[in-house]
Amino acid sequence: MTPVAFRHRLAERGIDAQLLLLGPAAVFVAALFVYPFCYGIAVSLQPVEGGPFAAYQAFFRDAYQRDTIATTLRIALPAALLNVLASVPIAYRMRGRFRGKRVLTTVLVVPITLGTVLTAEGLLNFLGPTGWFNRVLLALGVVDAPVTLTHNYWGVFLSLVITGFPFAFLLVSSYLSGIDPSLEKAGAVLGAGWAQRFFRITLPLLAPGLATTFCLTFVLAFSVFPSAILVGDPSGTTRVISIAAYEAAYVRYDYAGGAAAAIIMGLVELVVIGVVLGLRSLLYTGSTAGGKG
Amino acid sequence: MTDGGRFDRLRLDGVTRRFGGSDALAGLDLTIERGEFITLLGPSGCGKSTALNCLAGLLPLTRGSIWRDETRLDTLPPEQRGFGMVFQNYALFPHMSVRKNIAFGLRMRRVARAEVRRRTEEAIRLVHLEAHADKLPGQLSGGQQQRVAIARAVVVEPSLVLMDEPLSNLDAKLRLEMRTEIRRLHQSLGLTTVYVTHDQEEALSMSDRLVVLRAGRVQQIGTPEQVHTRPANRHIADFMGFRNLLPVRVAEQAGDGVVVDGGGLRLTGSPVGGIGPGEPAVAAIRPEDVRIADQPGGGVEVTVEVVEYQGRELSAEVRTGDGVPLHLRTTRRLAPKDRIEIVLDPARLLVFPAEPDGAP
Ligand SMILES: Nc1ncnc2c1ncn2[C@@H]1O[C@H](COP(=O)(O)OP(=O)(O)O)[C@@H](O)[C@H]1O
Ligand SMILES: [Mg+2]
Repeated sequence: MTPVAFRHRLAERGIDAQLLLLGPAAVFVAALFVYPFCYGIAVSLQPVEGGPFAAYQAFFRDAYQRDTIATTLRIALPAALLNVLASVPIAYRMRGRFRGKRVLTTVLVVPITLGTVLTAEGLLNFLGPTGWFNRVLLALGVVDAPVTLTHNYWGVFLSLVITGFPFAFLLVSSYLSGIDPSLEKAGAVLGAGWAQRFFRITLPLLAPGLATTFCLTFVLAFSVFPSAILVGDPSGTTRVISIAAYEAAYVRYDYAGGAAAAIIMGLVELVVIGVVLGLRSLLYTGSTAGGKG
Repeated sequence: MTDGGRFDRLRLDGVTRRFGGSDALAGLDLTIERGEFITLLGPSGCGKSTALNCLAGLLPLTRGSIWRDETRLDTLPPEQRGFGMVFQNYALFPHMSVRKNIAFGLRMRRVARAEVRRRTEEAIRLVHLEAHADKLPGQLSGGQQQRVAIARAVVVEPSLVLMDEPLSNLDAKLRLEMRTEIRRLHQSLGLTTVYVTHDQEEALSMSDRLVVLRAGRVQQIGTPEQVHTRPANRHIADFMGFRNLLPVRVAEQAGDGVVVDGGGLRLTGSPVGGIGPGEPAVAAIRPEDVRIADQPGGGVEVTVEVVEYQGRELSAEVRTGDGVPLHLRTTRRLAPKDRIEIVLDPARLLVFPAEPDGAP
């Protein structure tokens, strides 16, 4: 085969000189992600004593460690789900142009800039036993004793909702704005009321985006660490897997154990994302435009 | 849910829509009889889509009302009007097969399952898409998507079908075919259609009546022949292919006609609208109504400047001795720099007031 014909064959498969443009990104990913990941795996497989999988065996044999997986999932899955589900109606209502849209968007997105520590601080002050929230409830006579919303499951959950919602909202908004508004108009003229338009036209086109959004907010929530300690109950109901990894590595100086916990954390995330993306691939994922032109 | 029922008369009464500070559509009065094919015609931005969206209920009116016989329509949401609409970009549901797209309206009307299937298959046959019924819209060509959009709109037997420039995204050949197809469907299904286009040829060939719009205002309502032969003002004339528009001054009344002077020419034509001697006017004539004189001495002497080959005919730009440019069409072979004599058919030359209703 001539070199030119060979180049054409490669180009048909999408292999040409433009691929070199991916170079910098590939180096970046390799240096910042692949290398640390492989390094972590290597560390986890070299425990001080026992075979290569001793650190993993220890993690799964000890219920105190093993249960952190379930604990983290119990916080992260509902928080991610709530973030996605709450974003949909709000983003849906905020499509199109209206007065004050920019202000409202800013208010909804500001928590992104706060960071987890500041959010935790705020939650402690606001929701704590002597915080405004409880003082108002007590003053109104709704409750007799302060409601406990900090240093337990709910504190962490709320903190994840506050920091995760803006991400979900921004993502869902941008997915929604990619859906051709004339589709719903066509639905309306054909006799579909708002609920039918939403559930039969918009939602099916939005669903793949919701799956992606869920994955992203789930990953954010799953690696929760500061708020689990600051507004949570880090030795009990909110002893999340990152705490287990931290304790192994920096309290017990068991680097293999810490690395194993971190790798397990990554694998659990991969499984959840794999399941969600697997379900997503069953959906219609093509263009969201209504036709040519 | 409404019947989608038949009506005798649909009446638009002063329908007005403002955007920001300006009227996109100002005081549209129109009565549509059952079975009519009405076309809204005008240049881009004149308010055609606005009018259609107001009719469909997709845009609230700023003023005015819409009546179906004695029922007030403009307060109903679009899903309760029982109309069908074909969008300019087709707006097919990309996640539904052709069959599901077409069945959508019937299912929203809670038609029985067997009936939905029967009518959907019938509509698919009507637009010749049997081989593509299970494909997604993204797998179809523009012309096929167009036919899906039409089938989806007519399968519900709407009392009124609205079409917003449905052919503007198709190539020239397909456009001609679909034009005939749409007119055929209109007749065979007994539809009432409001069609929007900026293409005067399309409008003339398909419609029973034309509504010519300009800057949100109705300029003329009439049959294609009326609009074609007697446009109501110089702007419509311009739009309807009167390519020669000459600024002139009225010299005298001559029976039914007027004699005008301008650019060294003395022309006779028929006046449209009241104009008296001495007033400024615009003389308008189509290129095909400018003839080359049979023998010398019969007409105006001009020099050929540009010649365009257009198949059977030539289109030429010529210039008079005083430098007035004119366009003509002829089957004679012409070449640049030829000197010929032309005659402007007085029966086809229209004279309009220079500034109708004060607008430039
Ligand atoms: N949503 C809108 N907001 C502001 N102005 C609009 C909007 N839609 C249309 N217009 C204006 O109204 C006028 C008529 O628009 P349209 O009805 O779309 O014209 P056409 O369909 O005849 O091309 C235009 O000047 C356009 O700029
Ligand atoms: Mg338009």
